Amino acid sequence: MTDPAASTRESVRKERPITLRPMAPIVPPVNVSGRALIVVIAIMAFLCAVTLGTVTMVQEKAEAWQGDVSREITIQIKPEEGLDMEEALAEVRRIVLAMPGAASAEIVDRASTARLLEPWLGEGFDMDELPVPRLVIVTIDEQAPPDFAAIRQSLAGAVPAATLDDHRAWSGRLIAMARITVLIGVGILALMLATTMLTVIFATRGAMAGNRHIVEVLHFVGAETGFIASQFQKRFLLIGLKGAAFGGSLAALAFLLLGAWQNNTMATALNDQATALFGRFTLSAAGYFGIVGIIILISAMTALTTRLTVIRTIREIDRQRADPSLAEIG
Amino acid sequence: MIHFENVGLRYGMGPEVLRDLTFDIPKRSFQFLTGPSGAGKTTLMRLLFMSLKPTRGLIRMFDRDISVIPGEELPLLRRRIGIVFQDFRLLDHMTTYENVALPLRVRGKEESSYRSDVIELLKWVGLGERINVLPPVLSGGEKQRVAIARALIDQPEILLADEPTGNVDPPMAQRLLNLFIELNRLGTAVIIATHDLTLMDRVNARRMILSEGRLDIYD
Repeated sequence: MTDPAASTRESVRKERPITLRPMAPIVPPVNVSGRALIVVIAIMAFLCAVTLGTVTMVQEKAEAWQGDVSREITIQIKPEEGLDMEEALAEVRRIVLAMPGAASAEIVDRASTARLLEPWLGEGFDMDELPVPRLVIVTIDEQAPPDFAAIRQSLAGAVPAATLDDHRAWSGRLIAMARITVLIGVGILALMLATTMLTVIFATRGAMAGNRHIVEVLHFVGAETGFIASQFQKRFLLIGLKGAAFGGSLAALAFLLLGAWQNNTMATALNDQATALFGRFTLSAAGYFGIVGIIILISAMTALTTRLTVIRTIREIDRQRADPSLAEIG
Repeated sequence: MIHFENVGLRYGMGPEVLRDLTFDIPKRSFQFLTGPSGAGKTTLMRLLFMSLKPTRGLIRMFDRDISVIPGEELPLLRRRIGIVFQDFRLLDHMTTYENVALPLRVRGKEESSYRSDVIELLKWVGLGERINVLPPVLSGGEKQRVAIARALIDQPEILLADEPTGNVDPPMAQRLLNLFIELNRLGTAVIIATHDLTLMDRVNARRMILSEGRLDIYD
C-alpha cells in the first residue's frame, strides 16, 4: 500500500521550482588584483590631476603677471633746477589723459614714493634733501593702446624732464619667464601622463594575467575574439573609471579645500608664507575640466589595454596551435 | 567529417609523438581512442579540436583543410565540436548551471530559450541538486559531469571526450556512456579517449589504439 504522506512529499519534491541566481557576469567581479589596480589607478590619477592643476595655476598666474605689466606704463620725472615738481606731475597727467587709449593716470604721491624708497633709504628721510624722481602710473586700454611715440613727443615739448617707460623690457623678460615656466610645467605634465599611462598599462596587464584561463575557456567554447574582448573591456573600464574618478576627485577636492583655507585664513603668518611660496590654490574651470579629461583618458587607456591584452592572449593561444613546440606536451 | 592523412606531429626538435596517422571519422560514428599513457591520446584530441596544427600531413575538418583556416573562423568551427577536457576547465565564479549554459551564452542566445534544457541535462547527469553550486565545492566526479554537460548542451556534430569517466563510479560511468550513446543515436559523432577497458567492452564500437605514436584501428 502506498503511504499518502510519502506520495505527497514526493510530489512536492518533484514540483519544487528551481531558483537560479541572476546570471554571473562572464568576467568575474573585482578580485584582489582588480582592487590593487583600482588603487594604482587612483594614485596615478591623483598625481596627474595635481600636476595638471598646478601647471594650470602657473600658466594662469604667468598670464596675469604679463597682463598686469602690459596694462601699465610709467612716466618718470627727474628733479631739475627750477622745476616745479607738483606742477610738472599735473601737466604730465593732463597730457597723458588727453591721449586716446589712456584709461587713467595716477600720480604716486610723496608718501607712496617714500614707501617705495624705504628699503634703501630707511624710514623718516627728508625727500626734499634728495633729488628723488617722481612717477605717474598710467593704465592703458589693452585692446587699443595709446601711441607711445606721440606721448613721448608731447612730453618732450611740455616737460623735458619726463621720460616714458612702457615696461617693454620688463614685459619681454616676464613673458619669456612665464613661457619657460609653462613649458617646464607642460613637460612635467607630459612626463607624468606618460608615467601614468605606462603604470596603468602594466598594472592592467598584470591584473589580466590572472584571467587567462577565462579567455582560454571562452575561446574554446566558441566565443569570438570581439565578444571576449568586449566582456573584459566593460569590466576593466569600470575599474579604470572607479580608480580615476576617485583619484581625480580627491585632487579637485584638495584644491578646493586649500583655496577655501587660504580665503578663510588671510593675513595669518602661515597663509602668507604658503601664498608667497606656492601662490593661490585657486583652480579655474579649465583646471577642473582638465581633471575630468584625465579621468576619461585613464579609463579609456585601461579599457583599451584590456582589449589589446585579450586579443594578444588569443593570438598566443593560436600561435601555440600553429607551433606545437610552444604548447604544453599532452 | 574528419579526415587525417599521413599526419605527424613533433614538439620542437623532439621525436615525432604522432606518426603517419591516416583515418576518417565518419558522421554519426562512435569510437574509443585508447593506448598506454604517453602514447599521444591528448595530443591527438588537441589536433581533432584544432588547438594544435600538425607538423606534417593533411587534416580536413568539415570538408575544410585546417592549415588554411583563418584564426577568426576557428571559434565558429569549434561551435560544431563539443569537448570534455581532462582537467575540466570550469570557471570557478560561475555556478554549475552557468558553466553548462556558457556555450549558449557566448553564441548570444537568450537565457529563457535554454534554461529548461540546461536544467534537464543537469538532472540527467545527476546534478539536479547541485545546479547553484560553484565548482570549487564540487567533487572531481561532479566537475567531470558538469564538463560533459557543457560539451553536450548545444548538440554538437562531434563530441571529443578525454577520459570522461575517469572520476566517476561504475554506475555513473554507465549512465554517462548511455548519454553518449543516446547523443550518437541523435546524430553526433563521438570520440572517447579512455583507458577504461570495462567501459569499452560495454559498447560495440570502433577502437583506435595509439601505441608509440602510431595508430591501429579495429572496426
